[in-house]
Amino acid sequence: MTDFVLIMVTGVGLGALYFLAASGLSIIYGLMGVLNFAHGAFMMAGSYAGWLTMGALPGSWSVATRLLVAVVVALAVGAVIGLLVEVVLIRPLYRHHIQQVLVTVGLSLASVAAAQGIWGADPRPVEKPEWMGGTTLVLGARLPNDRFLFILVAVAVFLGLLALLHYTRLGLIIRAGVENRTMVEALGINVHRTFTVVFALGGAAAALAGLLYSQYAGTVSPAQGGSLLIYAFIVVVIGGMGSLVGTAVAAVAVGLVQQLANFYAASGVGDLSVVLLLALVLLLRPSSLKGAHA
Amino acid sequence: MRPASLVKVLPAALVVAVLAYLPYLPIELPGILPGRVNGPGSLQLLATCLVIAGVALSYDVLFGRTGLLSFGHALFVAAGSYLLTISLADWSLPLPVAIVVSLATTTLLALVVGGIALRVGGIAFAMVTLAFAQAASIIVMRNPGGVTGGEEGKSLNRSAAPDLLVGVAHAPYRYWLALGFVVVSFVAVTLLVRSRAGHAMAAIRENEARAAVLGFDTYRVKLLAIVVGAFLGGLGGVVHALVLGGSSPHVTTTEFTLALLIMVVLGGAGSTWGALLGGFLYTYADARLVELSGAGFADALPDVAQQVLAEPLFVLGLFFIVIVYFAPAGLTGLGGRLVRRGRAT
Repeated sequence: MTDFVLIMVTGVGLGALYFLAASGLSIIYGLMGVLNFAHGAFMMAGSYAGWLTMGALPGSWSVATRLLVAVVVALAVGAVIGLLVEVVLIRPLYRHHIQQVLVTVGLSLASVAAAQGIWGADPRPVEKPEWMGGTTLVLGARLPNDRFLFILVAVAVFLGLLALLHYTRLGLIIRAGVENRTMVEALGINVHRTFTVVFALGGAAAALAGLLYSQYAGTVSPAQGGSLLIYAFIVVVIGGMGSLVGTAVAAVAVGLVQQLANFYAASGVGDLSVVLLLALVLLLRPSSLKGAHA
Repeated sequence: MRPASLVKVLPAALVVAVLAYLPYLPIELPGILPGRVNGPGSLQLLATCLVIAGVALSYDVLFGRTGLLSFGHALFVAAGSYLLTISLADWSLPLPVAIVVSLATTTLLALVVGGIALRVGGIAFAMVTLAFAQAASIIVMRNPGGVTGGEEGKSLNRSAAPDLLVGVAHAPYRYWLALGFVVVSFVAVTLLVRSRAGHAMAAIRENEARAAVLGFDTYRVKLLAIVVGAFLGGLGGVVHALVLGGSSPHVTTTEFTLALLIMVVLGGAGSTWGALLGGFLYTYADARLVELSGAGFADALPDVAQQVLAEPLFVLGLFFIVIVYFAPAGLTGLGGRLVRRGRAT
């Protein structure tokens, strides 16, 4: 029982990270049809922005305060990078989906290499607030505190995005655009401006995911974003591209399956079972890929 | 052979003849190659470039010829490479049997994975192939039962390989083996493209719905493209393992497939010469850009800029983006355009 509680919480905690990484990806794909390989680079930008900020702030501040400032900086950096990428790189290739994928692939390659050149390929340790490194006793299980934080942040982002999608004009346009973009354009709404906003939002979410993932791993490294990106892709595909609720469900499912398999089968089986889950979903419900309602 | 087709074959034959002669060339090309052209270092580098060029050509059968965006081609290259080293070392098979086993298993794998992945199309197909390749990569990295060697890779069982392919002194033979692989791939792809199936592939690339309406069984044609690409890729994996003396986990990764994609687009998708040129140049640049960037012209730049420029993938990534924007047909397409412009004026 104790183990089960522990696995449940760590699984959902991991799922929360996957959700943060996948949410931006999912909305971008649903609205624009762009499979954004540079999302991993956005996450890397967020984790490095956070790491640099925490190093630059005066050491007399508590770690938690510096982490909070780092989160704000990472969000801003992610949003600005997402905005620039959309305006400079994606917009000229509008309606050339393969070329858009290629450009984001090139961008992710170049940015990871650049980070490697500047900060080195080795993982660098990240400061962690004392509370996050500790554990809480629940139902006899020692649960790591940082997982609660991840879950809290992910739920906040999820609710925030849902509210944005359902209660604002921008959200209305995004939902309508996912459904039928041509019709929205025909009604005289500038969808392109929405694209830019969505990319900036996705970049900010990715940066947050990258920063939290570096807290989870205890280090920052250039390769981190790429490894998280693969799981984000899997989550987006399982959840139905473009559907936020689907992405949330899939993220929790993937996190739980991974932790359960890692514990009850053998270490490493978790990663494989996630891939198997993806294959199963594709074979049983190929329609889930066509994109659902946001 | 008719004279017209002889003229067409001539440039390819000339290139092969020049490349085959390189191991007899005792001159130095400072900066371009490490040491003499026929030194073991240079030949090993050139052999690696040739193998990867051939693998890039096998990927182009999917991407450039059939329009299938696969992110899992590394799976088949890795299957060829690892099955060879494992069957030589752990199952103690003789080399010819090991090669047949590797290629047959890789082809079977392509039938299964391709058959499943082709149930969906477009970006979803890319994702499914990515997932399968990722699963294989995870298995190789986890090193089940010590079979794959994990992150260290698995070295070739030297006693099982023929003497001609082992040792520093026999670098020319490995080089010729790599060249032979490129020639085989080139001929195979050229024949495929000219065949009925090749035309069907081109039709699917241009407009799949229309090809289906015209009566092509698009599922089977796409599966054929995957199987042929996987067979050639697997053969490339076998040669890669023989040339480099083992299997490296790098060939299992998604980065490797992405690199193949970049090579093909860089050289020119849907062009035999383009894929080969892209693969050769990419591998060469990846290996040599560090030395070239240290050649002095970058000294004036600040340290950080130098460090970044010393990362070959940074330069290649940026160059790739520029190519996608300004020369969508790749380097060969660009060359062809310049030639035509020269003739017009």
